[in-house]
Amino acid sequence: MNVALEGEIVRRLKPVFGYLHRNHEKIGENATYLSSMPYTDRLDYFCSMTNNWAYALSVEKLAGIEVPERAEYLRVILAELTRLQNHASLLGFLLNDMGAWGTPLMYAFREREKILDLFESLSGSRMMCDYMRFGGCRCDTPPGWMEYARKLVDAFPRFIEELEKLVVGNEVVIARTQNVGKLSAELAINAGITGPMLRACGVNYDLRKVDGYGFYPRFKFRIPLGEHGDTYDRLMMRVLEMRESVVILKQAFEQIQDGPIMNPKVKIRAFRPPVGEAYGRIEAPKGELGFYLISDGGTNPYRYRVRPPSFINLTVLEDLNLNPHPY
Amino acid sequence: MSDIDEGLRKELQRQGVWVTSMQELYNWGRKNSIWPLQFGLACCAIEMIATAASRYDIARFGGEVFRPSPRQADLMIVAGTVTKKMAPQIVRLYNQMPDPKYVISMGACAISGGPFKQGYNVLKGIDRYIPVDVYIPGCPPRPEALLHAFMELQRKIDSQRLTGANKAEHLDPAEPSEFPVPSFGEHDLEPPANREVFQPPKIERS
Amino acid sequence: MEALEQVKSRIEAAVPGVKIDIVQNPGPANQPSLLIDNEHAPAIAQFLRDDPALRFDFCSNVTGVDWLDRTVKKTVKVKKSIDGEEKEVTETTEEHFPGYLEAVYHLYSMTQKHGPVVIRMRTPNRADGARLPSLTPIWRSAELQEREIFDLYGIRFEGHPDLRRILMWDEFVDHPMRKDYREPDDYEYEPTPHDDVLERTKQHYPARPQLDGAEEITATDLH
Ligand code: SF4
Repeated sequence: MNVALEGEIVRRLKPVFGYLHRNHEKIGENATYLSSMPYTDRLDYFCSMTNNWAYALSVEKLAGIEVPERAEYLRVILAELTRLQNHASLLGFLLNDMGAWGTPLMYAFREREKILDLFESLSGSRMMCDYMRFGGCRCDTPPGWMEYARKLVDAFPRFIEELEKLVVGNEVVIARTQNVGKLSAELAINAGITGPMLRACGVNYDLRKVDGYGFYPRFKFRIPLGEHGDTYDRLMMRVLEMRESVVILKQAFEQIQDGPIMNPKVKIRAFRPPVGEAYGRIEAPKGELGFYLISDGGTNPYRYRVRPPSFINLTVLEDLNLNPHPY
Repeated sequence: MSDIDEGLRKELQRQGVWVTSMQELYNWGRKNSIWPLQFGLACCAIEMIATAASRYDIARFGGEVFRPSPRQADLMIVAGTVTKKMAPQIVRLYNQMPDPKYVISMGACAISGGPFKQGYNVLKGIDRYIPVDVYIPGCPPRPEALLHAFMELQRKIDSQRLTGANKAEHLDPAEPSEFPVPSFGEHDLEPPANREVFQPPKIERS
Repeated sequence: MEALEQVKSRIEAAVPGVKIDIVQNPGPANQPSLLIDNEHAPAIAQFLRDDPALRFDFCSNVTGVDWLDRTVKKTVKVKKSIDGEEKEVTETTEEHFPGYLEAVYHLYSMTQKHGPVVIRMRTPNRADGARLPSLTPIWRSAELQEREIFDLYGIRFEGHPDLRRILMWDEFVDHPMRKDYREPDDYEYEPTPHDDVLERTKQHYPARPQLDGAEEITATDLH
């Protein structure tokens, strides 16, 4: 960041990007459709499952592929578990950076490790799951997985409450987050802010409801909305979304049935979608994650574009910091 | 690595006398209080944090004091993809660390560029610019692997000699402790690798 | 939402002098797009954003695409009379399509909750200073993404408030996402080179010693 300061007040701020520019798009254009899947894990390494889903969804749009029922349910379950661990870690990191050195992060990572255990027993890897495929998922759940997941989800609200008790009423947290980094709804929309950051400004726009992708229309859940658009609202948004995720997960565990998890018609190897282009997007924990693919009929995409949520959310970084500060 | 006769030491210990050498004491202190530099580059950094967090708890090995300043750190854990844009900063940080300093190259990316090796902005291994002590393969390496690397490093520190012909590198004034920082060129970093540190493996064909 | 044809005719009514084509999308995704002319692009974008029925207030994705020069060979059978005799001859005609760079915008509406409408702009050629009008004044979300396109594709966006390289360093001169970008030859030993890597590798292998006669081959040579 290039920052001009006056005392502790930010006068000008220009973020500098590119320190983790790993040429994902170029590599994706030189690789087959399937071999880009493990690369998507590494885009946002907290949420490999949702990244997989966004990519699979786009390719399914591009080639017109159906997904069997059980696979859709599994996707919802995994995406919501991802959301839980992402939001928990986010709170931990936020408090870490605010000076609560270590402790909140330890709490968050304790819960995160449990979810990672689930991912590991399902896909073989803790973080880089590479689990979804076009037209389904890679493998079915091992025996006992559902029960373990159900138990975890049942116990999760206790952790949320604990975290809430520690954080939400904490005087230091309130003093340092309320009225800090305010963002207006108009600017947020115009600057393409998505995800919890947008909803913290009070804009009701959640792709799970708007696009209704996957089986989300089958679940009853609410979209938490903020009021002030400050850091505190953004923080609370995470806590509330975790609660809603638990609600979704419980319904999904009730509804999921046995069945195939892969569309048998899809030829995964030497996969050639028809000529055309597609833009698919999902509500990743950090915002709208989209993939834009152009196919020229070959085995590699002609254009492979990732629409990253956080990168675009950073558009307003300067505006957030310039806003009048309470001190 | 002790020069003291083990039998004699045991015998003395039985008598209530504890014998050690300066080198042993010094290395024992160093190896159990390694302070890593606190920075992460990519996905591997999350596993590094997981190693430091509740379940894996690197504090059991004396390495939990992550220092945000290179001046206070002994160990640089290069966790993640080193992009060409980032590489000069890494070398600069390394140069700012006081001797003795060690480097763990964590993950496929830091070793060779890993999955992103073909990328135009990805450095094909941090060992092109600075010497590395322990390499951990994996993408990402599990926290256990990082702990293993940590123990390997402790073993290395333990075996370093303070005196004599083959004493530790950092005690030899002839050995460099700073390395040239690459600069941004028009197409690539200048130079693309530090030939003093890094030689690509020779191709043996017969 | 209105059909794309209707959107097109409404734009044509609202912004005089525009030229809009619909680019069909043959795939199953069925997301056709509007190819708008560069001169009127800001006015069209303004209309799309502010029209009460459309209200495309959210520009989700902005990206560049590089289309190389193409030569399409067509072979046609023609009847020709040669020396008074009717003969069937195959004739090959070559058609040359110049390449261009393209910027693609995906628009959604947060108030009306519909979308997407895809608009695209094309540069006349693939030269380094190819220019397009910037839509950042209309949608802030294009700010960083247009900078990214400038960095990786080399399209200059006119009217962008802060057009600098974003991902690569400032001294960098290439545009690496272009299809004809060549990386600096940074050879490194690979245990199992294949395809184009093998081709490049060959230049770096020392030439094989020319052996004549079996007596030269020793045990180490056989490994
Ligand atoms: S080695 Fe794998 S996990 Fe580690 S930084 Fe590289 S891509 Fe990420």
